[in-house]
Formats: sequence, C-alpha cells, structure tokens
Amino acid sequence: MRLPIDTFRLPNGLFVTLSEDHTAPLVAVNLWYHVGSANERMGRTGFAHLFEHMLFQGSANVAANEHFELVQRAGGTLNGSTWLDRTNYFETVPSNQLALALWLEADRMGHLLPAMTQQKLDTQRDVVKNERRWSVDNQPYGTWWEKLPALAFPPDHPFHHSLIGSMEDLSEASLEDVAQFFATYYTPDNAVLSIAGDFEPGEARGLVEQYFGPIPRGTNRPPLVSMELPPTFGQSRRDVVLDAVMLPRLYLAFRSPVFGSDEYYAASVTGAILGMRRGSRLHRTLVRDRQIASDATAFTFDLPKGSDLLVVDVTARPGIDAEVLEREVASEIDTLHAGGVDSTEVERAVALIETDFISSMQAAGDRADKLSLFATYFGDPRLLNEQVDRYRSVTAQEVNAFARSRLGQDNRASLLYLPRDGDTEAADVANLAATGA
Amino acid sequence: MTTADVLKRPTPGPSRDYRFPAFERLTLTNGVRVVVAPVSKLPIATVVAMIDAGAAADPQGQEGVALLTARALAEGTQRNDGAELAARFERLGTALDASADWDSATLRITVTSERLPAALGLLAEVIRVPSFPEREVERLRQERLAELLQQRAEPRGLADDMFGKFAYAPESRYALPDGGLESTVDTLSHDVVRAFYGARYSPTSTTVIVVGDVTVDRARQIVTDAFGSWAGGDVRQVTVSDQPATTARLVHVVGKADAPQSEIRVGHVGVPRLHPDYFSIVVMNAILGGLFSSRINLNLREAHAYTYGAFSSFDWRKAAGPFTVATAVRSDVTDAAVREILLEIDKLREGGVTDAELSLATSYLDGVFPIRFESTTAIATALASLVSYGLPDEYYDTYRSQVRSVTANRVLAAAGAYLRPDQLQIVAVGDPTIIRAPLEALGAGPVLTYDAEGRPTS
Repeated sequence: MRLPIDTFRLPNGLFVTLSEDHTAPLVAVNLWYHVGSANERMGRTGFAHLFEHMLFQGSANVAANEHFELVQRAGGTLNGSTWLDRTNYFETVPSNQLALALWLEADRMGHLLPAMTQQKLDTQRDVVKNERRWSVDNQPYGTWWEKLPALAFPPDHPFHHSLIGSMEDLSEASLEDVAQFFATYYTPDNAVLSIAGDFEPGEARGLVEQYFGPIPRGTNRPPLVSMELPPTFGQSRRDVVLDAVMLPRLYLAFRSPVFGSDEYYAASVTGAILGMRRGSRLHRTLVRDRQIASDATAFTFDLPKGSDLLVVDVTARPGIDAEVLEREVASEIDTLHAGGVDSTEVERAVALIETDFISSMQAAGDRADKLSLFATYFGDPRLLNEQVDRYRSVTAQEVNAFARSRLGQDNRASLLYLPRDGDTEAADVANLAATGA
Repeated sequence: MTTADVLKRPTPGPSRDYRFPAFERLTLTNGVRVVVAPVSKLPIATVVAMIDAGAAADPQGQEGVALLTARALAEGTQRNDGAELAARFERLGTALDASADWDSATLRITVTSERLPAALGLLAEVIRVPSFPEREVERLRQERLAELLQQRAEPRGLADDMFGKFAYAPESRYALPDGGLESTVDTLSHDVVRAFYGARYSPTSTTVIVVGDVTVDRARQIVTDAFGSWAGGDVRQVTVSDQPATTARLVHVVGKADAPQSEIRVGHVGVPRLHPDYFSIVVMNAILGGLFSSRINLNLREAHAYTYGAFSSFDWRKAAGPFTVATAVRSDVTDAAVREILLEIDKLREGGVTDAELSLATSYLDGVFPIRFESTTAIATALASLVSYGLPDEYYDTYRSQVRSVTANRVLAAAGAYLRPDQLQIVAVGDPTIIRAPLEALGAGPVLTYDAEGRPTS
C-alpha cells in the first residue's frame, strides 16, 4: 500500500501536501500549526487549547460559530484538537466544497483578530472550564494526563505542565494574549496544510495560492527552550493520588526514544507486546492467568522531541491491593527487561500494528492528519509510506536492546491511583508513598 | 490579487454522484444469511457476525447474560483454549471484538485480505463450538462486576443507567443497563451462559457480513467453508416491552457528593427503529440537538457557557428506545440548564423551524452521507443495521432523497407527536447540596432523590 503524495511550498512558507484518491466524492482538509501547550508561557497554562476554541468564534468574513454552520451545511464534518506540540484543524467535505473548506481556514489564518471580542473570550473560557470539569475533574482517574507528564518531565520542561490548564490561569487569559499568540504562532510558515481525497491537483493548488498566498509570513517566533533529556530518569519516581475511584490503577511510564527515531519502532513494538490486545503479555499474565488486574494496556505518547514516553496502564481487580498490583506489574517489566522477547511476540505485535495502520488509512481525514504529522515533525510527508516497512523491520534483538536500556529500575515513573473513600487507611497510603521515594 | 478576491465566499461546483457500496445477499442451506460488499480500496476486509442474541433476549433475572456470552465465546473452544485463540487471531493481525447490544450479539474482525480465510475460520470456530470453560466465564463475570463497580464513580455512565431506570417500566428489559446490574450479574454462571448460547446461537439466527477487498464468489466460498456445516434449528423471536415507568413529569436527583459538575439527562421513551416518520424524526432531532450547530448546543454552550456540549438523540432499537437530551454542566447552573432544555423542546413544538434551520439539517444529513461510509467497518455496521431491522435493500440508495424530502411541516408534526414535554424524566447526577433546592424551585415537577445506586433517599 503506497499513497500518492505531492508537496509544494508557498513563498510565505506554507507547506502543502496533496494525496489524491478518487474512490468517493469527498475531500479532507487538515491544518497543523506547530504550536501546542509546550509553547505556553508561565501563568498561561491551557492557553493553546483555549485559543483553539477561539478559532471557531469567527474571523473577518465569518461570524461566530458560522465556521461550524457553513461546513455542516455543506455536508461536512469538522473539529480541532490541541496537543503538547501541535494544534490541528480539520474538515472532511463533499469534494465540490473543497474551496469552502480552504477559504474558511485561510480566513482565520489571515484575518482572525477583527472578530475577537471580550465576550467571546469570556464564553469560551467558561466552555473550556466545563470541558476541564467534564474530562478531568469529574472523571475517575481523569487527572492522570496532567499528573503523569508532571511526574515524567522536569518542572522547567515544556511538556511538564497541564495541557487543559489550571482554572486560575484560564481566568487570567486576555484578549492581548489572543492577539499575541495569533501573531506569533498562527502564521503560514508555522503551518502545514494537507489535502487528501477527491480533488484535481491543479485546481487545489490554485485555490491554496489564491486563499493562503496573500497571508504574510510570521516574525519573531521564539525558539522553544531545549527539550533534550537524558535517556532515563536515573531513578524510580513515584506519585500516589487519592481519587474518587473504586479500584486502584497504576500508570507506569518509561522515558523512551523520540517518535520517528529508529529505536522508536522497537519501543512501540515493545508497548504492543506488553499491552496491545488480549494476547499481550500483561493481559495474559495479569488479567487471564493470575487474575489480579481487570484491564491492562500500553501506549506511547509519540513525542518527536526531547523524550517520548511508553506508558503501561493497569487497573486492579476488586479485592486486589495496590501493593500487589504494583509488585506484579513490576515483576512483568523485570522479566521483559532481563529476559527479552522471542520473535513470535514481535510478529504478533507487528501484525496487529500493520492491520490497524492500513485500516486507519481508509478515511481521508485520517490520511490528511498523518500527512500533516510527518510534514510538521520531519518535513517529509512521504514518511507515511514507510511506516509499515519500518515496523516490519523491527527484530527481537532491537526490542531486547530497548528493554535492556529503558525498562530498568532507573527509568520508571509510577503514578498510582487509590480509592479515596475505600478501605485504604491513611497510614497505608503514607507507607505506599514512602516506599517509592 | 486584490483583497476582494480573498474575501469572496466560494460557491460549490457540481457535486459528484455517490452510491452506497453494492452488496449481495445470500443464504446458506443451513440458514446462515450472508451479505458481501466488495470494496477494494485497500487490502483489508471486515467481517461482522451478527447473532440474534442481544440483551433484549436476556431471561428475566439473568440480565447481562447476552453480553457475558458474547465475550465468553473466544475464551475456549473444543479445539483451543482462550489464550491460544487470542494468540491465533492476533498473529493474523486481527483481534476479535465481541459484544452484545440490545438487539444483537456482534463479533467483528478486520484483517488484511490475504489472511481473511484463516481469520474467518477462527471466527466460525468460536461461534460454532465454544466450550465456555468455568474458570474463564467466572473471570469474565468478575471483570464485568469490576466494570459495574467502576461505573458507580463514573458520572456519565451512571446518568445513562439511571435515566433508563426512571424512563422505563420495571418489567421492561430497557429499564436495566444492557450489560445487567450487579444483582443480576451475580446470578450468572457458565451453566447460564451455556443455556443462553444453546437457546440463541444457531445458523438461522446468524448473519455473516463481509466487506472489503474480496469478490462475492470468493467471500461466498470462504463463508461456506467456515459456516456451511453448522447445524441448528429455529430460535424463538423476542419481543421487548417498551412501556414507560410513568406518564408524569418527574425530576430525579442522584447524589454524587462533591461532584464539580452535574450530568443531566432529559427525555422519555421514544419510537422504534422501523417507523413511518423515521426521517422526519431524524431531521427534527438534528435541528433540536443532533449537531454542534443545533439549538440546544448553541443555547447551552455558545450563548450561556453552561457546558462543553449539549446534544439530543433518539436511540434506535427494535422496540422504542429513548429520546434523550444529554449534557454536563457546572453544578450551580443545573436548574438553569434544565430550564433551557425544556424551553427548547417547547419552542420547537410550538414555533416550528425556519427554512435556514431545515436546510442546514437536511443538507448536512444529505451531504455527510458518503463520509459516513469511508471504512469497511462502517459499511459492515450499516449492513448489519439493514439486516437487523429488516430495512429494504434499497434503503441506503434512497436515504438521501428521503432526507431531502422532509418539510418544515413534517418537522413540526414530528416535534408535536414525538416530543412529549409532560412525560419528560429529568435526571441530574450531581452534588445534592447544591442542585436539589434550585431544581425544586424550578417547578419542573416533583423532585425525588436517590443515592448513587438509585435507592431513594428523600
């Protein structure tokens, strides 16, 4: 499976990737801005995401919420999302509506600020606070995705702080912040535009030049502070959280090679061997055989700079103590660290990853997003066509080298959730917390 | 290039035709129904095996057995144990997703096309000769109990379950969650699972849907190889009561101490999937609360900032599933959010819709149609619905014209007939010390209070 991929760059720096597929009359437009929570300044956690909300509040020629309405009226789907190091905006529309999707994206890239008002900012600030309550504060274990990066990255590292942001910092965000963030990061030379699906390349290129060409290049974009980190934590780290949950859950993170590196693919395969589907090691041993866990998975964050994280996520069975859970998970990791894997396990993992990858290439929106990813991170969307081969080339030796170097006691960050109102005595919690230091 | 060129809104060119993928239906001599849709874009295929063994068929007192049975199929067969089955599927690059919804048990795999025959053979093995080992069924039962335990602390699922309980009469299967309750899952065992399997799983209650990079002839051959020699008789038809719990409008406050947000559900028993007004109802719901740009979301999120999102839906089942408005709001605006939801329902029933609203809903549903079917999984799921509900073969070919034919008058009539303000059950899962008194003051109906397990507390 090889996708056709073309690229060009506008004089203002906008990098464009095109991938034709005429099997259905639809086309996906996908924009990645190379800015995320990592670019936020102190006291403004959550701003990159709040700003993403503001991009749906209109621009010079589009009224508030009209972006949504125009795309839906055209028969399209759309959204945006914010991550540690990027923010994306995307539409899939009937192919005869390509111009509309491009025009809408260009209007907000070129002319956002005239539409910004204090009232819109206040409303979206409250919407985001409700999003925080919904996805983090009122959700069992919901704080894990701010507590784990806080544990795994040093306090001054751009990935350390909360992506959704604190209520206090959200309250402080101002229209001046919006204007400054826009001028600094939402510029064509800091963006990648991908178009995938049913379009004519000449026509698409003409539209891109017409709508995005006049938008000026950015100036004075500050460089990110250094992301570089040692390959391991150098010690075990541990945090214990009392939460409104019914069962203990352990998140165990390892510093791992950055996304896209040769070693990354071995790390990703290791994650699949440990926690992808019911035939994985953790599921087979902890859920099926020993019956101490009710669920076990593993995943990578896929960060291309500084350090990636491989995370194992295991929930206890009712009646199983957190101590047992921690000990048994650690024992499984020790076994892999010391004893490695055999080629059958690698083949199982790679086969699952390959099917998932091909399956995910069916939707134009997913293809466009992956093209933007490889273009943004590595300047080369054609890397998309190499992913299956890179996974297929991973050997048991490479997995074992990764396990030996990165799964040791010196590279584990453990985030343990305990029921707040359960049988656990405060003293036990203190003991648990102390043993990890 | 002048600025005016940039500012000018583009207009669409002519649209290209689209057809839902062509499919063929056949029946094997033993009664297994087969649907094949060749889609050759990428070298993969999805197989959905659908069995008339959903939660609606749970015997009374054994609620949850349909789900447990579906999950237990791959935990051992006459030939392989569960670990070996998982390993065999996964070495083929696929993993079995087994579940049961209200109307069917569904087993699904997606696999690269060259591995399709082997994967389909394994799928047939778990459906035809499962052994339901006692140890593994008991483990899955404990895992289900763990899920139920987790649910007590998970406000979204809790609100959904409580809404079902307050909307449907106690004798309706729909009053309990499709996966059962702790008290009913407690009664299940590998014997109960075996009995359910024996009563419900048969060639005559099974449909195998193959979508992807495969020809009809090839698919017929490999499905026949896998399922052709399976023998079994007829399965009893299931009917579900969809009687409401009450015809009075009631407010139910489910206490979750210190909750920073209230999960709200407002609704009542809706209509069955096969219904002459289906398209009017779908368009009406899209205007009320089906889309981001719908009235309820624009009101609660964009005008009032009470929430991250608010949506309405009709849950389509063979019998009448619920109509529900769902949202999560800051605790101190729980009463105001309920008031706005009730206002929007009244407004639609009394004032009807504008041309702009109608055209937004119909052009969205019409235009998005091809985007819904980009993957083999989505196409297989759509074909499963066709079979499960007995929709005509041309259903997807006529879908878009049916949507476009809905008029403002039909929307108004649907709102009048299928939104019933006086029968709404209003459920709020949240901090009772903050939300109870304002909800009483709102006067939307008598306020009843419960603990997190649905026991009245007053």
